Amino acid sequence: MRLGFFVREAMRSMRRSAAPSFAALATVLVTMLVLGVFIPIVQATNGAANSVRGRVMVDVYMKAGSTAADDARVRSEILQIPHVKQVQFVSKATAYKQQAAQFPQAYQLLGSNPLPDTFHVIPSNPSYVLAIHTALSGGNGGGPLDSSIASVSNKQSDTQKILEVTNLVTITAAVLTVLLVVASILLIANTIRLSLYARRREVEVMKLVGATDWFIRWPFVIEGIIVGALGALLAIAVLGATKIALLDPLASNWTLIAAPRTIAFTVLVAVLLGAGVLVSAVGSGLSLRRFLRV
Amino acid sequence: MASTDSQSGIVRRRQRAAGALPIAVETRPIEAPAQRRSVIEFRGVSKRYPSGDVGLDEVSFSIERGDFVFLVGATGSGKSTVMRLLIKELEPTQGTIRVAGHDLNQIKRKRIAFYRRNIGVVFQDFKLLPSRTVYDNVAYALQVTGGSRREIRDKVPDILRLTGLSTKLHNYPDQLSGGEQQRVSIARAFVNHPPLLLADEPTGNLDPETSVDIMRLLYRINRTGTTVLIASHDQAMVDKMRRRVLELAHGRIVRDEATGLYTRDETTREFARRLRAPSGRPPGLE
Repeated sequence: MRLGFFVREAMRSMRRSAAPSFAALATVLVTMLVLGVFIPIVQATNGAANSVRGRVMVDVYMKAGSTAADDARVRSEILQIPHVKQVQFVSKATAYKQQAAQFPQAYQLLGSNPLPDTFHVIPSNPSYVLAIHTALSGGNGGGPLDSSIASVSNKQSDTQKILEVTNLVTITAAVLTVLLVVASILLIANTIRLSLYARRREVEVMKLVGATDWFIRWPFVIEGIIVGALGALLAIAVLGATKIALLDPLASNWTLIAAPRTIAFTVLVAVLLGAGVLVSAVGSGLSLRRFLRV
Repeated sequence: MASTDSQSGIVRRRQRAAGALPIAVETRPIEAPAQRRSVIEFRGVSKRYPSGDVGLDEVSFSIERGDFVFLVGATGSGKSTVMRLLIKELEPTQGTIRVAGHDLNQIKRKRIAFYRRNIGVVFQDFKLLPSRTVYDNVAYALQVTGGSRREIRDKVPDILRLTGLSTKLHNYPDQLSGGEQQRVSIARAFVNHPPLLLADEPTGNLDPETSVDIMRLLYRINRTGTTVLIASHDQAMVDKMRRRVLELAHGRIVRDEATGLYTRDETTREFARRLRAPSGRPPGLE
């Protein structure tokens, strides 16, 4: 009976003060829409940055006359270097085939195979790439790790740039996300506060008639839940329509560009709905505190 | 009716004495002064506001059960401070206030709401809920105490009939005249049948004729056994009412006429006739 009364009270106050309720609903709708677009974008950006970082590797070129035994020995030596995740061997024949397929005319002119046997050394984390490079090439003073190694690719500056750029992108995305979440909370809380401020006289009267704090608060919290849920649901509907109309037809194209993994739509829906309801319900309950001190 | 909390004991006791429909009772047994209990007792109460203003200065008085008392004084004399202390909207700086035996200093913040249910309050500016009809405004006072729908259906029409608002049930406050709004406010204050009714300038915004009606209604409520305390600066009205008068000036009691020239068992009709007598009508307002 109590819950029914509170829900009826909430509905009544929404009907009677339609404009503030609508403002709160619109605020929730817009912020949820922005969040709903932004979350996948941040994830895609991070995914792209990570895939770029994943391509950071050190190439080891063997001397022209290296034998299969040399290759096996170097391979095991490389694997002993700390933080090496994986070693890929590309024989000179394989490398030639790959290159010839990519640039057929150039390799037709060439006639013979100038390519060496190559190891792609992939670090367990891109930031270890410099340490691995030093270990392979023998650092500042000494020669390379093994006498049959001709040279170690020197992509030091490239690696450095990739690491810096991807770090910057990740940090920027994180900061933007935090700012956006904070802005959403403040915006929703302020809108609710305004609509409560308009009704502070009413709250005062309720208190003077002998209503307990929670008796006054529950209808406001329920109103917050309804407004938050409606706003979030509308935002989800818009996002869903956009996804079906615009993104899904392009899905086949996305896979070509190494589609970054983003949040599943159902999870996104749950996050938005939860955030919308929680922020507006808690916002209503907390904002009311000031006006309850009569 | 709040029968769950301890303080409502007063309410029940009073109701039992007055019967199921206390309003209908015309005569009230007059108790000997010695047996009557104080409903309100101020003992050395001072209130200083943070701004440095003195609201009350060592005020002591007591009001007996069933009394009809006026609190008069110029603006800023401390009338409203007394009222606000009584509904525990303010805390006294020093001294003790007892209402129906309860020391107000002992009531915890969380219990204030329950305490207030034992006091009906009427304000100069009515303080009605603008988004509710007359019926719902009165019903709200029962809803806060957890009153059932049946109880509301029974009591609200009764009290609205008493206050003469039966035809305005579904109007909103802004569709009513000032006098009607004050009647709604009185109906809301009395629907729980509180043992004590406070009225802070109840006629302050009303014309003289309407004021008489409101006073008559308050007197009628008093005759059911409810203690009524009215703050007013309408000197002519107060003089004509011939009830006990407490006068405040600069936060002190300067006059306490405990026994006016009145008979306690006057009917409301006689009472109203006396109020309408020519001498009390401010000239030029007819």
